[in-house]
Amino acid sequence: MDLGYVSIQLFNGLVNGAFYALLSLGLAIIFGVLRVVNFAHGAVYMLGAFAAYLLLQQFDIGFWPALVLAPIGVALLGVVVERLLLRRLYGLDPLYNFLLTFGLALFLQDAMRLRFGIQGQPYPTPDELSASVSLGPVSYPVYRLFVIAFSLLICVATWYLIERTRLGMVVRAATERAELTRALGIDVDRWVTAVFAIGIGLAALAGVLAAPMRNVAPLMGSELIILTFAVVVIGGLGSIVGAVTAGFLIGVLASLGAVFNPAFENVIVFALMAVVLLVRPAGLFSSREAA
Amino acid sequence: MLEARHVTAHYGQAQALRDVSFEVKEGELITLVGRNGAGKSTTLRCVMGLHRQMSGTVRLGGRDLSGLAAHERARAGLGYVPDDRGIYASLTVEENLLLPPQVGPTRWPLERVFKAFPVLKERRRHPGTKLSGGEQQALSIARALRMGASVVLLDEPTEGLAPVLVQQLRDILLEAKRDGLTMLLVEQNLRFAMAVADRHYLLAEGTVVQTFANAEIAAHEHELLRHLGV
Ligand SMILES: Nc1ncnc2c1ncn2[C@@H]1O[C@H](COP(=O)(O)OP(=O)(O)OP(=O)(O)O)[C@@H](O)[C@H]1O
Ligand SMILES: [Mg+2]
Repeated sequence: MDLGYVSIQLFNGLVNGAFYALLSLGLAIIFGVLRVVNFAHGAVYMLGAFAAYLLLQQFDIGFWPALVLAPIGVALLGVVVERLLLRRLYGLDPLYNFLLTFGLALFLQDAMRLRFGIQGQPYPTPDELSASVSLGPVSYPVYRLFVIAFSLLICVATWYLIERTRLGMVVRAATERAELTRALGIDVDRWVTAVFAIGIGLAALAGVLAAPMRNVAPLMGSELIILTFAVVVIGGLGSIVGAVTAGFLIGVLASLGAVFNPAFENVIVFALMAVVLLVRPAGLFSSREAA
Repeated sequence: MLEARHVTAHYGQAQALRDVSFEVKEGELITLVGRNGAGKSTTLRCVMGLHRQMSGTVRLGGRDLSGLAAHERARAGLGYVPDDRGIYASLTVEENLLLPPQVGPTRWPLERVFKAFPVLKERRRHPGTKLSGGEQQALSIARALRMGASVVLLDEPTEGLAPVLVQQLRDILLEAKRDGLTMLLVEQNLRFAMAVADRHYLLAEGTVVQTFANAEIAAHEHELLRHLGV
């Protein structure tokens, strides 16, 4: 086996894992507090990429500002959706959430397709990161290494936010027992909006990170999100550490699987999901959630 | 201080409370006694704003709480110690204490809480539910004291506690009472109720059937015990 190819695949796996981790992290915290499985998450990722693209095309705003502005812009859109639409569905059958978020995903995808076509638009790699470095026997794009490091940083920051700050304390309390948390003087509904915005912002951030690597295209999120849901099932819905660990783990496993046979890449993910569902239906890292 | 007037509550079609009225004056400790299913917890939930299917009025310090959501009532000065103690597994002991915002001047800052309950200090970094039942009860009460609530609602705090812990609990409530705290205590343990309270409301089938001053209760003990089904 070619060692160079294996190490490239290892890093590619980490890059894919970074996207799974950011997306499933957002799904996990949204589900934790809102009890909503956001089926529009892939479309939000796509919106993040398009936001970066539009900032560049329309306002000549480059990658670095976009890395901050695009997630914030898309998160604000999320706030509007939560306030205007999602909020009306709490307390109803979860099926309604499913219909709404799934419908939103289709709507957003088609809206983008009407405007930009199915083809997809290129987005330049920022100059600072456009080089390649040698990793032992092979050379590897710096930008991809940046994606791995930056995503890890965001995951750790999110973990810190949830486990070590007052906001996180409220989020954990509301996740565990919403009504009691209200009786203890906390306006849970206000925090719900904030949590939704954070989850959405994480997905949009992943989209911006993807823009220089992948074509900015209306359907870019729809393939990724299917794999992400498999990751979430494996890691355990509602578990933050589970989402991140499973994300990176599966990214790497799938890429290394492709070393043996390219067809293995996705098969491995779904095979693993099937095994987890059989052996530990609540997910590998579930502790207090579900059962 | 806390006043309920003509409170009626339903669970779907089933009526749980009928025309319940009571009053807790400032600095008083009042109990609601009554057998299982009498409506004691429902009464507290109505006061706290956790039960929607209700009518009647609840006033705190003269202020009508009717339009207020649960978190607003807490901020208006209501502390709540629920019947299951309400300790979070995903929060540490210290976080459990600090979760409620401070809603008024507190005589129980963290240092005093830790002095009164050294075990909470020792275990401050442990998950709340890793404490024993008695320690969780202490934590739940300490939480209501720390937030600076002016009136604290306690739902059967002695339930399931060993006698020595019940005694500790009595001392804590009496200490809080000396500080001037107003309390509404739901209790089935008549001895405990007599040891701490000023007055008692006897609740049966969702309505107040009798009230007693604590001094009168000894004379009515048999009658009460019969009502409580003990
Ligand atoms: N969630 C619920 N749904 C339907 N009925 C309920 C519910 N909770 C309580 N009830 C009914 O309302 C009545 C009052 O219940 P409540 O819990 O207030 O009694 P309680 O006095 O606190 O009893 P206990 O001493 O057992 O705690 C009971 O008849 C009970 O069956
Ligand atoms: Mg009860």
